[in-house]
Amino acid sequence: MAAFAATAMLCLFIASGSVDPAYSFHVYLFAAASVAAIFALGNRYLARPAVIPQEINGKPNYNMAPVQFATVAAVFWGIAGFTVGLIIALQLAYPVLNFDLPWTNFGRLRPLHTSAVIFAFGGNVLLATSFYVVQKTSRARLAGEIAPWFVILGYNFFIVIAGTGYLLGITQGKEYAEPEWYADLFLTVVWVTYLLVFLATLWKRKEPHIFVANWFYLAFIVTIAVLHLGNNAAVPVSIYSPKSYIVWSGVQDAMFQWWYGHNAVGFFLTAGFLAIMYYFVPKRAERPIYSYRLSIVHFWALIFLYIWAGPHHLHYTALPDWAQTLGMTFSIMLWMPSWGGMINGLMTLSGAWDKLRTDPVLRMMVVSLAFYGMSTFEGPLMSIKAVNSLSHYTDWTIGHVHSGALGWVAYISFGAIYCLVPWLWNRKQLYSNRLVEWHFWVSTLGIVFYISAMWVAGIMQGLMWRAYTALGFLEYSFIETVDAMHPYYVIRALGGALFVVGALIMAYNLIMTVRQGEVAEPESAPALVPAQ
Amino acid sequence: MSLWNKHAIFEKNSIVLTVGILVVVAIGGLVEIAPLFYLKSTIEKVEGVRPYTPLELAGRSIYVREGCYNCHSQMIRPLRDEVERYGHYSLAAESMYDKPFQWGSKRTGPDLARVGGKYSDEWHVAHLANPRSVVPQSIMPGYAFLSRAEIRPEQVEGHLRSNRLGGVPYTDEQIQNALTDLRAQVNPDSPNVQALQVRYPGATARAFGGNPAAAGNGTVTEMDALVAYLQVLGTMVDFRTYDARANMR
Repeated sequence: MAAFAATAMLCLFIASGSVDPAYSFHVYLFAAASVAAIFALGNRYLARPAVIPQEINGKPNYNMAPVQFATVAAVFWGIAGFTVGLIIALQLAYPVLNFDLPWTNFGRLRPLHTSAVIFAFGGNVLLATSFYVVQKTSRARLAGEIAPWFVILGYNFFIVIAGTGYLLGITQGKEYAEPEWYADLFLTVVWVTYLLVFLATLWKRKEPHIFVANWFYLAFIVTIAVLHLGNNAAVPVSIYSPKSYIVWSGVQDAMFQWWYGHNAVGFFLTAGFLAIMYYFVPKRAERPIYSYRLSIVHFWALIFLYIWAGPHHLHYTALPDWAQTLGMTFSIMLWMPSWGGMINGLMTLSGAWDKLRTDPVLRMMVVSLAFYGMSTFEGPLMSIKAVNSLSHYTDWTIGHVHSGALGWVAYISFGAIYCLVPWLWNRKQLYSNRLVEWHFWVSTLGIVFYISAMWVAGIMQGLMWRAYTALGFLEYSFIETVDAMHPYYVIRALGGALFVVGALIMAYNLIMTVRQGEVAEPESAPALVPAQ
Repeated sequence: MSLWNKHAIFEKNSIVLTVGILVVVAIGGLVEIAPLFYLKSTIEKVEGVRPYTPLELAGRSIYVREGCYNCHSQMIRPLRDEVERYGHYSLAAESMYDKPFQWGSKRTGPDLARVGGKYSDEWHVAHLANPRSVVPQSIMPGYAFLSRAEIRPEQVEGHLRSNRLGGVPYTDEQIQNALTDLRAQVNPDSPNVQALQVRYPGATARAFGGNPAAAGNGTVTEMDALVAYLQVLGTMVDFRTYDARANMR
């Protein structure tokens, strides 16, 4: 409480000196959140139960309320993030939709889209599933009572600060790391708490071994902390200003950025979601993980190799050649652990393949693994310097990212959410499996539209840029290549719209599951006989 | 007792696992990043590259704020078509004072590494206000609001100072005169222009944003700053005298 009170006072003090209205707005938000936290803590203290039991009738008393909150937040931010994506896709096709206002132009909305889908949607999915999985696989209640709530609410507050900041023009200008210094500092506190809650729950575990999904969660949490600190080292102009300057510059900053950027993909969007795969696929298929040894090799190889891959974002730039070549080499090697993981997930279905016909949720997760396999093959291909000289700076990259983000990350998340909601709200099953089918087919069609349009657009633009006439002149001016993109941008927007529709179908299905679903019978726990 | 069983130590001890993860993920980053701070090819000094003037720096902050990097790169690759389209390939030294770097990763619009001096100030102002007025097929948003927004004078010094903390060699004199320099650069009639050009060799002073009357009153708009920044991009190094072999080893 004292910490929150101090934060509130500090915020009011800063607000008194700030000259930037957008910054003042954020500082007041921090102050308000701190005051709200003080009240919440006070209420909780007054209404505290005697002692929260760790176990009830010999079964762990799981703490699922924070998981429920993060699940709802994930669905909300997912739809918000997909919708902003659709808006900016339409802006590229029809520039009049920028409205030429500061807070609606593409340059400010694009980071809003990327952060909303990666950090708000993906982040909440990871928080929800990691808190769920670590409790279940440790057979222990989540460590702490206030700390998990601080992690969940603090993280979502960070999202609000980051998102409103972009619209108001507060940004560091580093891709996927746009939030400014004060948001970064706050996130650091939240993240360290997250790590501690996760570790402390592992320490309470009743199983001697840490389950494989938790290795991946731990790698994700630890590595993201390291990347966040390295990439965001910055000197603020003053505490009264939202603006800061990164301590790195030029080449070094570029290398830091893509060491961070590519491993945001590697550890946030891959390791974290592989953890989801390692728990939810076996659980849903009711089969053990295909190979334990493959899990071990997969885990260490993946985290070791991924870190090296960053320079493939900087081919043919002023970054030294040796670093580019290293990045390329490791990116190609990365293909192996990626496919190892995919095989481990797919083969888990051995003996349960028939479920694909009857269980659309499992099908969604299996298709996500297929997309994972596809985009982790495409990635190494695009990291080859000769290919990259054509693909870089074009929409091919955008298509590649979305085959991974929509096909892999979003689909495995949807699968996990479809599993989690009935479990968390104690429902027998989802409201409607037919709606899951609809979601699946509508959004799959959307992804196909999206990525095929971007493949054609990207390769075409890359070829147009380097086309020469018979007389040895460049054949196309730049604007001609922009003009040629229009039909593909329209098709892409159509694909995005289908994906949004799919997500809305999911949201409706989930709401109806909670409101009207049949309550599941409490599992008939075998009467435990006290040890003699 | 096979090797696989030895892995149990990681599976049974969360701290050992955490330390293992840290060690494994540290290697790649260290090998790729640490050498960049002392290798000659990445820290070479090239004649002509200087820190940004306060006006250019303010313009750069607007470039960052509006997210221009989402669609424009500032990195010309040494490929035939790029060099012919945009100019000499980019040198590491040309972004040595860029915090953060703005090399970009997508070219929805063209590369801007050498856009400086290619178009007139008037063209830039018209294009930023309404891109389709000069390039009919353009899909760029309009930024007319920049002409109506003033650069706040309070923290001009602070911007230079925090750059210096991060290693940009601004002198005490440059920091003390930051506000004077900011205003002088949009007003060619100002008596302070000469001192500005001594402090920042090669800097030009004109009413970049196309409103000399306001500039004469000491009003600096965001349009002034952004155009000044665009006009200096890629112009600092004189490639007639640049010796690419000077830094070979």
